[in-house]
Amino acid sequence: MQDYQSSLGNADSRMFETFSYLPTMNAEQTRQQIQYIVDKGWNPSVEHTEPEHAAGSYWYMWKLPMFGETDVDAILKELEACHTTHPDNHVRLLGLDNFAQCAGTSMVVYRGQTV
Amino acid sequence: MAKVYDAGVKDYRETYWMPDYTPKETDILACFKVTPQDGVPREELAAAVAAESSTGTWTTVWTDLLTDLDYYKGRCYAIEDVPGDDTCFYAFIAYPIDLFEEGSVVNIMTSLVGNVFGFKALRALRLEDIRFPIAYVMTCNGPPQGIQLERDILNKYGRPLLGCTIKPKLGLSAKNYGRACYEGLRGGLDFTKDDENVNSQPFMRWRARFDFVQEAIEKAEAETGERKGHYLNVTAPTSDEMMKRAEYAKEIGSPIIMHDYITGGWTANTQLAQWCQDNGMLLHIHRAMHAVLDRNPHHGIHFRVLTKILRLSGGDHLHSGTVVGKLEGDRDATLGWIDIMRDSYIKEDRSRGIFFDQDWGAMPGVIPVASGGIHVWHMPALVNIFGDDSCLQFGGGTLGHPWGNAAGAAANRVAVEACVEARNIGRELEKEGKDILTTAAKHSPELAIAMETWKEIKFEFDTVDKIDIAHK
Repeated sequence: MQDYQSSLGNADSRMFETFSYLPTMNAEQTRQQIQYIVDKGWNPSVEHTEPEHAAGSYWYMWKLPMFGETDVDAILKELEACHTTHPDNHVRLLGLDNFAQCAGTSMVVYRGQTV
Repeated sequence: MAKVYDAGVKDYRETYWMPDYTPKETDILACFKVTPQDGVPREELAAAVAAESSTGTWTTVWTDLLTDLDYYKGRCYAIEDVPGDDTCFYAFIAYPIDLFEEGSVVNIMTSLVGNVFGFKALRALRLEDIRFPIAYVMTCNGPPQGIQLERDILNKYGRPLLGCTIKPKLGLSAKNYGRACYEGLRGGLDFTKDDENVNSQPFMRWRARFDFVQEAIEKAEAETGERKGHYLNVTAPTSDEMMKRAEYAKEIGSPIIMHDYITGGWTANTQLAQWCQDNGMLLHIHRAMHAVLDRNPHHGIHFRVLTKILRLSGGDHLHSGTVVGKLEGDRDATLGWIDIMRDSYIKEDRSRGIFFDQDWGAMPGVIPVASGGIHVWHMPALVNIFGDDSCLQFGGGTLGHPWGNAAGAAANRVAVEACVEARNIGRELEKEGKDILTTAAKHSPELAIAMETWKEIKFEFDTVDKIDIAHK
């Protein structure tokens, strides 16, 4: 039997929704998930936040959503630029589905210093 | 020319069998599967069903002549063989929209499945499907929040939602019950759930349960940084009592409540759904008693009809069956009623038991809930069958984990995310499921133990209620 390691005092217990229970993705795995967003026809959108405000609905948009962008490298570049500018922040990528009027998916790509 | 009163008994078919009738866009259409008593002609019986479920009675009455019966009557416009079954036939009946009060599934069903089901000339009768015209759909309130708004409220995107029904179903104290919820939620579940028969019994009154469970939610949210909820069952002996419990759930900050829409009744359900919309609450719907109505292939009400009733009456989640778990559910038929829950427009498709096109317009969709005898080994099939807009609910499959609820929850969460990741890169889940889970388990001892615990458990019984297919 193993104890379940999770507590209020341990910042490693904080999770980040979809894919946060899997090991951190490598570059190739991340590319494949971005390709999925592109293949679904969703609009990529980069957002970031200070870790202490991660619980809110609104993170800061990094520029505008990348409407019509289908180049995975271009999307990766914006994620990286956002991360470089805000190295302490969490950075996530959403796929915005304008027909459903809802994000089709969302994944945290860079984690800041979790609190 | 005015009609003349002619007392006596006429054959139903003289008035209610109209094979040349073309249904109107605004008609409510129904398909019944009719099993006659020996020697009763099809047209006469089909017409009798149309009459007894609308304006007719067994004899001519003088007051018929005070109204325009030809306008108000239901009429049978088609009869078809049932593929593979000579004991019965399909009767298609059109009802003018004016026969029914706006926004009232109660009124519609009181007509369509009322006295007619006890009619002596019938051996059995089953309501297979209803087409609700968009004109009628627009009069109903529908799901309180809908699928997209639920995702935005809970911040859950790109994967199925994950839940767990707390067991044992009955007998836990409020504090122990809250403990079971807390452990599941901190392990990675989005929701825990009251079982349907948890209302407000002496061992655990509703108010104590609500308080302890809310504390469990709040701590699990702080601990994991994710938004969570518990379906607080507000099903109650009276609708006043139901509303009292709903108000309290809102007061303490619960995001979601729950109702049993068949045993609780459609009037109560519609009232509660409207309240939920006005008060920003999500509404989870359980379906106790459905199998009494929908399991017999010759008699009762098909679940696809009960699904439509719920979407009109209002609910954000509805139990749909799992296809793969311990409870009855044909795969193609289940896929049919899942579409009826979620999609905006569903085409007629007899291979999935759908008899009519159904246009829901802008009415929000309902999230299908797969629950009942499922565990991690079912995850690849569940993700494949249900897709992202679903809630996968593991009761025993969470709480039965050898290390407890948190580990059981984590195992399911890892499994669902691994399946979603694999699906997104084009892998075939039902073929490669074992490999996907085995790889994921390398990083999750909780998943590895869950896979070991349930590897031999299967529920392989044939379905009782199947789609009607040709045998000739």
